Parts: sequence; structure tokens; C-alpha cells
Amino acid sequence: MNSLTTALARLLVFPGLLFAIPAAWFFLWVERKSVALMQGRIGPPFMQPFFDFIKLLGKTTPPRNGLGGLLMKAWPLIAVSSAAGAVGLLPVLPLSGGFEGDLILLLALLELPSMCIIAAGFSSRSIFGEIGSAREAVLSVAYNVVFLLAIVSIAASQHTFRLEGLAALQYSPLHLLGIAAILVCLPAKLHINPFSLPNAEQEIYSGPMTEYAGPELAMWELSHGLEWVAATGLVATLVAPHVTVWWLGVLLFAALSFGVVLLLSVVAAATARLQIDTTVRFYWQCTLIFAVLAISSALFMRFRL
Amino acid sequence: MNLWNKLMCYSRRRSPWLFHMNSGSCNGCDIELVASLTPRYDAEQLGVRLEGSPRHADILCVTGPVTRNAVGAIKTVYSQVCGPKAVVAIGSCPATTNVFIDSRTLDGPLDKHIPVDVYVPGCPPRPDAIVQGVARAAQILADRAANKPVVEVKAELPTEEVRQ
Repeated sequence: MNSLTTALARLLVFPGLLFAIPAAWFFLWVERKSVALMQGRIGPPFMQPFFDFIKLLGKTTPPRNGLGGLLMKAWPLIAVSSAAGAVGLLPVLPLSGGFEGDLILLLALLELPSMCIIAAGFSSRSIFGEIGSAREAVLSVAYNVVFLLAIVSIAASQHTFRLEGLAALQYSPLHLLGIAAILVCLPAKLHINPFSLPNAEQEIYSGPMTEYAGPELAMWELSHGLEWVAATGLVATLVAPHVTVWWLGVLLFAALSFGVVLLLSVVAAATARLQIDTTVRFYWQCTLIFAVLAISSALFMRFRL
Repeated sequence: MNLWNKLMCYSRRRSPWLFHMNSGSCNGCDIELVASLTPRYDAEQLGVRLEGSPRHADILCVTGPVTRNAVGAIKTVYSQVCGPKAVVAIGSCPATTNVFIDSRTLDGPLDKHIPVDVYVPGCPPRPDAIVQGVARAAQILADRAANKPVVEVKAELPTEEVRQ
């Protein structure tokens, strides 16, 4: 019973929905605002993502019949719930109660929104949606090799798949190498420049989202924001030093997430979109070496200990 | 009007997303529309976003004097924009067909085919005039959320006469 209430509190209150939804809107605003500032503009007002969300909820959607229509309605909901679940799993509070293997669940939940985007593009039957989905699939194959290898290397050096064990780990060069590899993968995971191929506006309209409108589009925006919270939160929990005071832990988590969001937004504003083959080459030729180094040294250290 | 409706009206006014459609324009107005998003005029302060898909948009911005070829496309795109929606006619061409009046290649002006909410005259209009027109259209959307029903136009394929 106690563990159930803890799990519910984590999912619904902190770091779950009650914290994550305002944080998602805040991060979306930070992204747009920092791009605007770097271009010498003033940018959108603070509440802009909230206004966008409310406005989209009030719009009509085109009628869709049959199984295809049902699936198109389901994908954004699955994406939002899995992204919210991923945020709820993050070990922000000390002794918040995890379980053996929750890292694997977190990785699966982080991957589910991009699977939903791929499926959504194909079930919308729009040519632009299909091209966007194909690009998203290729991108996912490209960065996930590096992303998973980097996380597995950190987990292997700690002999655990518990998130709490990872959050508590000491600094080492290997650890930093793994975090650098994860950071390089985040722009692709969040579809921002230079890896904004799936939703490339000037080329394929809005990619997989082309046919979406109204409340469904609002759910996609929300799931994108929650992905921001989950992905930057993962880096924040890995980087944050271990503290026992709960409010200090929360503060550190929020500050570090904000720092990562700022870093990624600045990179997005300063770069242009890369081609798909350049992207794949970047991950498989240039970045893979970091991940391989990290995992081989992790295994080496494991045998030595 | 309850709290949710008030919030909805406010959000509609603060978050106009545009879809830009060229119906045979000389590209002058199109350049000015893009200029209204640049650092000098920065329409994003009003929450304006230029969207790639008409499904996402609230406001349809039409430039050009409406050529015969464009009529079918205009009606299709207008019906693809999800309600509530507004139409802004940018430049003198969609309002009056401008210097191309009485041309046999035209089937304008724009309000012959779809209901137009805001006219932004000029050849081309200045970017600040376009920003003002978009803000006016967003205000119309908010008013419409309060009471008025939305007028829908059905998509039609171009007729034989139009194809010739």
C-alpha cells in the first residue's frame, strides 16, 4: 500500500504530472525565447505554450472514420502517457523508492513517443507524414545505438539497472564520457536543430504531424514538452551530486534541467538542419567512438574490480 | 460567459497561427508577410507562428489576385483549416484584383469564393500593417469563440470551366 501511494505520488505530483506539465510548457517557452533572443528578436510571451495548448483544445478536428481514425486519436495519448511515465520514474527525491530494472523501463518509455510519431505519420496516410515518419525511423536507428550504449556503459560500471544507483554514482572520466555521449544524442531525440529532419518545416510541411489538428495536436505539443522534461531530467539526475536534503535535490534537479535546456536551445539556434545521410554518418562514424570507448572501459573496470 | 470560455477567448487572441497561401501573387506581399516575422517587426511577440500545414492554422493569409487555376486550391485549403478560422486578404490584389482587373485569366476578387474577415490594402502593404491585420483577425476569432457560429465552405473540385 505504502509503495503504491509513493508510486502514485511520483507519477501524479512530483516529478510527475503536476510538476512536469508546467515544466514542459516552461521548457517549450525557453526554447522559443532563447532562439528569438539569439536572432535579435523579443520572442513570445511567457505564457505562450499555455495559450497555444488551450487554443488547440478549442479547435475542431476533421472527421475520421474507422480503425485508422481511431489509431490517429490514440497515438498522441500513448505518447503523452509514456512521456509522463518516464518523467515520473526519474529518481529526483532521495529514497523515493525504485525497483531493480527501472532504468530499462525508463529507456522504453523514452523511446515510445518517437515510435508513436512514426506510427502516427504512417496512419495519417499523408505523403508528407509518411516521409517524416521514414526520416524519424532512420534518425531513431542512428542515435539510439549511441544513446543506449552510453547509458549501458554507465549502468555496467555501477553493476546495477536501478536508477537510484546511477543517480548516486561518483564522478569519473568514464561517467563524463557517457554523459557527453547522451548529450550529443538529445537534439536528435527531441527533433531540434541540427537534427530536426522529421518535422522539417520548409521541406515536408510538418512531417508526421501534417494531418493533425485541434486537441490531438495539443497532445503532441504536450508530449514534446514532456519529452524535454524527461530527457533533460535524465541528464540532470546523472550529473547531480548526491544530496540527502530533499528540497536541495529538487532545486538541483530543476536548475540542472534548465541548464541543459538552455544549452540545447542555443545549439538549436546556432545550427542549421543536416541532411539525413550526414546525420547518420555523424552518429555512426563520429559519435559511436565515444560510446564504444565508454562501454569498453566500463567492462574493463568491471573485470579489474 | 464562464471562466473556461473567457480563457478560450483570451488564448485565441494570443495565439494566432498562420497559413500562407499564394493565389497568383507577384511575390511582393509574400516577402512582406515573411518580413513581419523578422527581428524588426517580430510578430512572434503576439504569439504568431507561420505553420506548414493548414490543419494547424487559425488564420489563412491569402496573397494574389486569385487566378483561375488557384480557385480550387483556395477552396480546398480553406476547408482544410479547422474551425474557428479567419481569412486575411493581404495586399490590394485579393481585395480588388488591383491592376489585373478584367483579366480573363483571373476569377477574383477573393471574397467571391471564401468569406474574408480582414483586408490589408497596399501594393505591397507594409509589414506593420500586416501584423495589425493579423492581430485584428485574432480579435475576430476571440469574438467568434464568444458567440457567433463559424461559417464552413465545402471543398469543391475545379469545374470544367475553371480547368479551361
